[in-house]
Amino acid sequence: MTKIITENLHLHYGENHALRGIDLNIHANKITALIGPSGCGKSTFLKTLNRMNDSVPNIKITGKVLLDGEDIYDSTVDVTKLRKKAGMVFQSPNPFPMSIYDNVAYGLRIHGIKKRVLIDEIVERSLQGAAIWDEVKDRLRTPALALSGGQQQRLCIARTLAVSPEAILMDEPTSALDPISTMKIEELMSELAKKYTVVIVTHNMQQAARISDYTAFFLLGEMIEYDKTNNIFAAPKDQRTENYITGRFG
Amino acid sequence: MHAGATCKKGCEELNSITGKRKRPTDIVLYSIIGLFTVAVFAMTAYFAGYILIKGLRGISFAFLTTASNPIIGTIGILPAILNTAYIILLTLVFAVPVGVGGAVYINEYAKSRKLIRVIEFTTETLSGIPSIIFGVFGYVFFCTFLNLKVSLLSGAFTLTIMVLPTIIRTSQEALKSVPLSYREGAAGLGASKWYMIRTILLPNASSGIITAIVLSVGRIVGESAALLLVAGGSAMYLPKGSFFEQIKSSGSTLAVELYRYAYSRGENEVGFAIAALLLIIVIGLNLIVKLIGKRLNRGAK
Repeated sequence: MTKIITENLHLHYGENHALRGIDLNIHANKITALIGPSGCGKSTFLKTLNRMNDSVPNIKITGKVLLDGEDIYDSTVDVTKLRKKAGMVFQSPNPFPMSIYDNVAYGLRIHGIKKRVLIDEIVERSLQGAAIWDEVKDRLRTPALALSGGQQQRLCIARTLAVSPEAILMDEPTSALDPISTMKIEELMSELAKKYTVVIVTHNMQQAARISDYTAFFLLGEMIEYDKTNNIFAAPKDQRTENYITGRFG
Repeated sequence: MHAGATCKKGCEELNSITGKRKRPTDIVLYSIIGLFTVAVFAMTAYFAGYILIKGLRGISFAFLTTASNPIIGTIGILPAILNTAYIILLTLVFAVPVGVGGAVYINEYAKSRKLIRVIEFTTETLSGIPSIIFGVFGYVFFCTFLNLKVSLLSGAFTLTIMVLPTIIRTSQEALKSVPLSYREGAAGLGASKWYMIRTILLPNASSGIITAIVLSVGRIVGESAALLLVAGGSAMYLPKGSFFEQIKSSGSTLAVELYRYAYSRGENEVGFAIAALLLIIVIGLNLIVKLIGKRLNRGAK
C-alpha cells in the first residue's frame, strides 16, 4: 500500500534547482531510507513531505505530493492537520525547555486536547512507544534538557507520537548521538514501522542497510534509484548508486 | 627509540616545560590596567558615597510621605514620588505592548529585509537622539497639537517614544537568541506561528524582555529635560481628583524636582536627598535585573 506519492516534484531555492522532478511512492508501514551525499536534496525532499520548507524565503515548489491521495500543497490544506498526520523528528534533539511531561503534552495542547486524564494517558503511552518510559517515569516533572542526548531524541520521538501521526519523517535522527543511543533509536524505528510509515534521511549507509525496507538514492537533486533496500545494496542498477554505496565518492 | 633516552643533562633542560617567567611588558601592562580599574572603581565609589552621605541625612519619613507645606515651612516630595510612579506606569502601559509586539513582528513576521533594516536603522537613530529633542517634539505634538496640555499624560507619551527603541532592540535580541530548533520543533508538531510565539518564544525571551523593561524604568526615572517641557516643573501639591483627572494635570517627577530644588531654588540639601533616593532606586533596579536573570536561568536548567 502506498502512503505518500510525489509526482514530478521540483523545488527551487532562488536560482538553485534543488529538487529536479522527483517521482517516488512511499509504502505504508515500511521504513524508507533516503541516502546520498551532502547537498543531494534528500533533507529538502523530506521537508517537502510535511511542508517544513514553507517559510524559507524565495522558495518555489511545483509538482505534487499526495498523502493518502490528497495533495498537501493544495490551498485548502490545513498545515496544522497535515503536520499532525506527518510528524517530524529533527537531526539534533530539540526538546523544549520545559518538563518531560510538558514536552510530550505540547502537541496535544496544540490540537486542543485539554482533559488532564486523557493527556496523562497519552503521555505515558507515547513515552512507552518511544522506549523511554522506564527511564523517565519517576521524573516526568523534571526539565527535559537534563536528559542525555539519546534520551532527548527518544523524548522528541515520543512528542511526535503523542499527536498520533500516520507518518514519521526523520531527518538524520541519530547523527548527533553516540553508538549505543543510535542502536536504541534503530531498534525503536523497527518497532515503529509496525504502526507508522517511517521515512528516514541518513548519512550512514550501514544504517540504511540495517533498518530500512526501501532505499532511495539521491544525487544533485535527482532521484537516481529507488528499490527494495536489499536490491539497492546487493545489485544496484545504476553505476552512480554502486559508486556511492561502495564508497567511491560521498 | 625514546627521544630522551640518549639525551645528556643540558638537553633535558631545553626540552623541559618548566621555567615559567614573567615578561616585563606583561608586568607593565597589568599594572596600567590595574590602575585604571582602581581609578574607575574609586571614582564611582566616591561619587555614590558622596551623594549618599550628603543625601541620606535629608531623607526622613515625613520627607517621603508628605507634600511641601510653605506655611509651616516643611518640605516633602510625596507628590513627586507619585508623579514618577504615574509616569512609569503609563509609559510602560503604552510602550511595552507596542515595543514587544514590534520586536515580535520584526523578528517573526516581517518578510522584507529592507523594511527590517529601515526599522532597525530608525530605532537605532531614535535611541541616540538627545532627550530635549523628544521634549520639544512632545510639546509641539502631544501638548499643543493633540491638546493634551502640559501633563503627566503628555510626559508618558513622550517617554514612550523615547524608550521604545530600547524595548524593541533589547526584546528583539532576546527573541533572536531563542534557538531555531525550538521553532522547528513546534512547527513540526503543527503549532501555528502565534501558538509557537505564545508558548515557546515569549517565555524563553522573557528574561531579556524584563531586562528591557527595567532598563526603560531606569531611563524614565532619570529623565529630566524632556519632562520639564511636557509634564511640568512643579510638584507642590498632591494630585487631586479621579485617575484620569490626575494624569491630565501637570506635575514634575523626582529628577525634575531635583533640578528645581538644586538649581532654581538653591536648596542643595533637598537636591541631595532626592539624588540619594534616585541613586537607591537605580541600584535597586539593577539588582532586580540581576535577580531575574539568575532565577530564569535556574528555571531553564
